[in-house]
Amino acid sequence: MRPEPQWIDYAVILIYFAFVLGIGYVLKKYMKTSADFFLSGRSIPAWITGLAFLSANLGAQEVIGMGASGAKYGIMTSNFYWIGAIPAMVFVGIFMMPFYYGSRARSVPEYLKLRFDEKTRGFNAISFAVMTVFSSGVSMYAMGKLLQLLLGWNFNGAILVSALIVLAYTFLGGLTSAIYNEVLQFFLIVMGFIPLVFLGLKDVQGWAGLKARLANEAMAHSWKYMANANDNPMGVEWFGMIMGLGFVLSFGYWCTDFLVVQRAMAANSMTAARRTPLIAAFPKMFFPFLVILPGMIAGVAASSQLPQAGVRLSEVPRTPPQSSFFVGGRGIIPPKYDAEGKPLLRDGKVVLDYDLATPMMLVRFFPSGLLGVGLCALIASFMSGMAGNTTAFNTVWTYDIYQSYINKTASDGHYLWMGRFATVFGLGVSVVAAYVAKGFNNILDVLQLVFAFVNAPLFATFMLGMFWKRATGHGAFGGLLSGTAAAAIHQGLTLPRGSPPGLKGGYLGSVVHLYPSEMAQNFWTAIFAWCTCFLATVIISLFTRPRPDEELRGLVYSETEKPKELGLRWYEKPLPLAVAVVVLAMALNVIFW
Amino acid sequence: MGFDIRMPIGALFSVLGLLLSIYGAITRGSEIYALHSLGLNVNLWWGLVMLFFGVGMLSLTRLRGTRSADSRNSASQESTERR
Repeated sequence: MRPEPQWIDYAVILIYFAFVLGIGYVLKKYMKTSADFFLSGRSIPAWITGLAFLSANLGAQEVIGMGASGAKYGIMTSNFYWIGAIPAMVFVGIFMMPFYYGSRARSVPEYLKLRFDEKTRGFNAISFAVMTVFSSGVSMYAMGKLLQLLLGWNFNGAILVSALIVLAYTFLGGLTSAIYNEVLQFFLIVMGFIPLVFLGLKDVQGWAGLKARLANEAMAHSWKYMANANDNPMGVEWFGMIMGLGFVLSFGYWCTDFLVVQRAMAANSMTAARRTPLIAAFPKMFFPFLVILPGMIAGVAASSQLPQAGVRLSEVPRTPPQSSFFVGGRGIIPPKYDAEGKPLLRDGKVVLDYDLATPMMLVRFFPSGLLGVGLCALIASFMSGMAGNTTAFNTVWTYDIYQSYINKTASDGHYLWMGRFATVFGLGVSVVAAYVAKGFNNILDVLQLVFAFVNAPLFATFMLGMFWKRATGHGAFGGLLSGTAAAAIHQGLTLPRGSPPGLKGGYLGSVVHLYPSEMAQNFWTAIFAWCTCFLATVIISLFTRPRPDEELRGLVYSETEKPKELGLRWYEKPLPLAVAVVVLAMALNVIFW
Repeated sequence: MGFDIRMPIGALFSVLGLLLSIYGAITRGSEIYALHSLGLNVNLWWGLVMLFFGVGMLSLTRLRGTRSADSRNSASQESTERR
């Protein structure tokens, strides 16, 4: 079924690579100090940091994963946006950015150091650094595998070329280069996916036609079937959705993950920093139409016109019979194959390779030419995800680990050099991680599980840190440790229905509770971790000595002057923007109820 | 910092749009459109859209360059008038 990209498709991709490298090359001369390299000299206008804030998160996981989720769960996936990302983005812009930007912290872990203490920062910095390098490796592996499967490209070649290009432009132009390329990638994805959605919807006779063909009525609604977890394909009930995804996980990601927060920290003023996530929220809430709809369409689209493996497009007859590649698949989503090339079965049903939903849409609906643009958008999203991880890693490594624990008094030039070295080193480790993922899938699964445990309680620490001046360093550190432990224990005592004990949970011997789905279990793990961290932080803080108020100026809500916005028109102020975002997001929730 | 990002964005989409629309014009009536894009010559049409977008971005770069110079001029005029 492999399409054969023509010279025109390769030309599109090569032109894109040339622009990416060119941006890095031109920016090289602006990188004079470490602040230029790690923080873009805090000089980027809000609309650019806003689009970069959105794009840094728009990696493989988003484009491929949301398509896959759309094929599996339908428009319910939009909850990741309309109840997940959007409220959290509004919160970080309005309430948290004053402390991130105002404290002049250069990274999220550094804020923890200023607010709490060294050990809290160390815990966060080290876990974050390890996490970014590995997740960058995982996305590299995903890209290599996808391009190999879809186009027959060489796995090693795909990984090496993308890693070298990302290395070149982040090495040369630092954060600015990453941000500029993220903005470029944003437009590429929009331009590449609009025609995909248009053609896909046209093929299935619009939204109404799509709805009529879905396997399950619940797939056409985002909330209607959430009163009971068994009624909807996600297996999640509304409380777990709102608290687990909407509150704990989304706020934890958008408000504390340095990968995205770093973009806002590079903004050229406090107002610009606060507007960054709000500007990002406008396109973000319409992204479900670009990334989820293709997955949904893939599940119902007709595959009859797709060519078979190894057949040149030009040799395919106009109306070929159903391609053998899709026997047992659904729509144009192929099944997964076992080592012998037979479709994989579980409980007598074919296991579908949902991750191929969106890529198959590109192959199905794009002729050579536009196919190049679509592939380019896909590759761009992989690469800018990688670049985002790399720039976040080199900053945390240089400022929060190297400068804090290894070499405290070097010259600025030395730290700039170290940042470049960390870029090479970080990407090198990511490539190694990609090969580990290829050979030993389980190791990476274990690591990702551990990272999920570490991340789950984070938002409680930041919330208490920013809004309760009594919270202490010991409290924060104890809270983080006990929250992480609570996540591990909860996961160990519960299991999603139908899974054997092991990585999916139940590893502590007895299973106390069965969840209807893995997603429900994840949401509840997060809820337990958050609550434990919150309580432990409060209790330990009350028994330890608080810091004097004057040390907390600029770090805690009650001790900080409210940011003033003089001389701005109303639509340039964060608050009216936030109101507009919330109203629009609520409208979308109602429309797709 | 650096240069106006709209320049490379505009340039990239102008080049890609031009390339695609020319390719679309050459391959008019080709079976690849019947096979993939429901008979629509999407290369030609979407290529033109991308070209317009790219040129629009480029012209914004030029406009902003002159406008910021203008506003600087008018600001300095105002201040001299006030004096």
